[in-house]
Amino acid sequence: MPEFLQFAFSGLTVGAIYALVALGFTLIYNASGVINFAQGEFVMLGGMVTVFAHAAGLPLPLAALTALVTAVVIGLALYRFAIEPARGASAVSLIIITIGASILLRGATSIVFDKNFHSLPPYAGSAPWIVGGAALLPQSLIVLGGAAAIVVALWYFLTRTLTGKALLATAANRLAARLVGINTNAVVGLSFAVSAAIGALGGILMTPITFTSYDSGTLLALKGFAAAMLGGMGNPLGAVVGGLVVGLLEAFSAGYISSSYKDAVAFLVILGVLFLMPQGLFGRGGVERV
Amino acid sequence: MLKVENVVCRYGRIEVLHGVSLEVGAGEIVSLIGSNGAGKTTLMRVISGILPMTGGRIVFDDEEIDRLPAHLRVVRGIAQVPEARQVFAPLSVNDNLLLGGFRRRAADVPRELDRVYALFPALAEKRGIAAGNLSGGQQQMLAMGRALMSGPRLLLLDEPSMGLAPVLVDQILDTVVALRKAGVTVLLVEQNVNAALAIADRAYVIETGRIVLSGPSATLADDPRVREAYLGL
Repeated sequence: MPEFLQFAFSGLTVGAIYALVALGFTLIYNASGVINFAQGEFVMLGGMVTVFAHAAGLPLPLAALTALVTAVVIGLALYRFAIEPARGASAVSLIIITIGASILLRGATSIVFDKNFHSLPPYAGSAPWIVGGAALLPQSLIVLGGAAAIVVALWYFLTRTLTGKALLATAANRLAARLVGINTNAVVGLSFAVSAAIGALGGILMTPITFTSYDSGTLLALKGFAAAMLGGMGNPLGAVVGGLVVGLLEAFSAGYISSSYKDAVAFLVILGVLFLMPQGLFGRGGVERV
Repeated sequence: MLKVENVVCRYGRIEVLHGVSLEVGAGEIVSLIGSNGAGKTTLMRVISGILPMTGGRIVFDDEEIDRLPAHLRVVRGIAQVPEARQVFAPLSVNDNLLLGGFRRRAADVPRELDRVYALFPALAEKRGIAAGNLSGGQQQMLAMGRALMSGPRLLLLDEPSMGLAPVLVDQILDTVVALRKAGVTVLLVEQNVNAALAIADRAYVIETGRIVLSGPSATLADDPRVREAYLGL
């Protein structure tokens, strides 16, 4: 039982990060139909920029803010200089552009910073609490709490503010959105900025437990993508649930089967979803009332 | 109020509008009639800025608006009710209307919202319901209400009667007449030519991307070509 709890704690913690990555995918996908494979790079940047800004002498909160702003600026630049000029290109071309952008970001990070692994001191002590025989790190709670706060903030933004509703409206019907006076290009740019911010916050939250390096974004993007697929592409609630499920599956298979297969779980999830339920857990089917 | 001069529009290499000109005066209801594929919807979308045009000019209130992006034409006072309604299906009725007022000053929105609910009481009862779950007629009212939320001076109506029961068609067209009395100018695209000519002051007939006839509605309704081609008489 303590073992089970232990795996559940670590599964939920990484799952929360996957959920944030999946939310980033979801937002951009909804607003523009693009699957942004550079999403993992925002998480990596959140961690790496915080580490180096902190090492350069900035206090931790300021270092984190620097990382957040950096990621948002890069997210906006990605939209403005790579996605927007290719407007009208096929979905596959746009996806390849985002893959190219992620390679570029990885390379630039390895040159600007370095290729080593880095970590940050835990934000609130490193002495674990013992819950039901399992160790729970304070940082895990910070990750879960932080992710929950981000989800609530995003929910509030999307359902309670006019700008958020404009984003949903653009996702629901781009033509009608333009006809009511929504600048849909700006909305798509906004979705890149918000996704970058969410990713960077995930990176800032997780770096004290997981280490980060210039290439840690790739696997995160894949796992977040698996989570988004599992939840149903385009569904924010599905992204969160999918993230937690992928995290838990990964932790349990690492614990009960072998940790060498840990990273395969996400791929199995992708395959399983494609074979068994292409619309995901909460996804809409292809049926629409006309 | 609106002057469309020699507008040319093409999809890729295919030209669909070959130099269309029409005029809508303030306070008028002008109707654009024509069969499927004649270019009616294309023209509406060019006027609202959704489709780029490749030639000609569009003047609104003595100002060229050809270069203005769609969202800024809404600010100038042009609102379009698109073909097939195009409501924001997953969003509530109320949110659909609020988004219609996206470009309004926040202070003006509640008053306008009350006005739209007064005009379409059926919507008021459903304000919390997802727009996609409304019936066709209610969706049409919602699409009109949403366009009115922007406080337009020129309303572009694209096939408001499509797929609706005759009672609802009458109700929608009565609303159009009422809107004109309230000072809104209307450009109406309709396949229901009888109904369109009945409420319009003037009409244009468009065939394969060209205006072939125009004049007062009563004159057109008596024109043998119109009677034969569109009224089935």
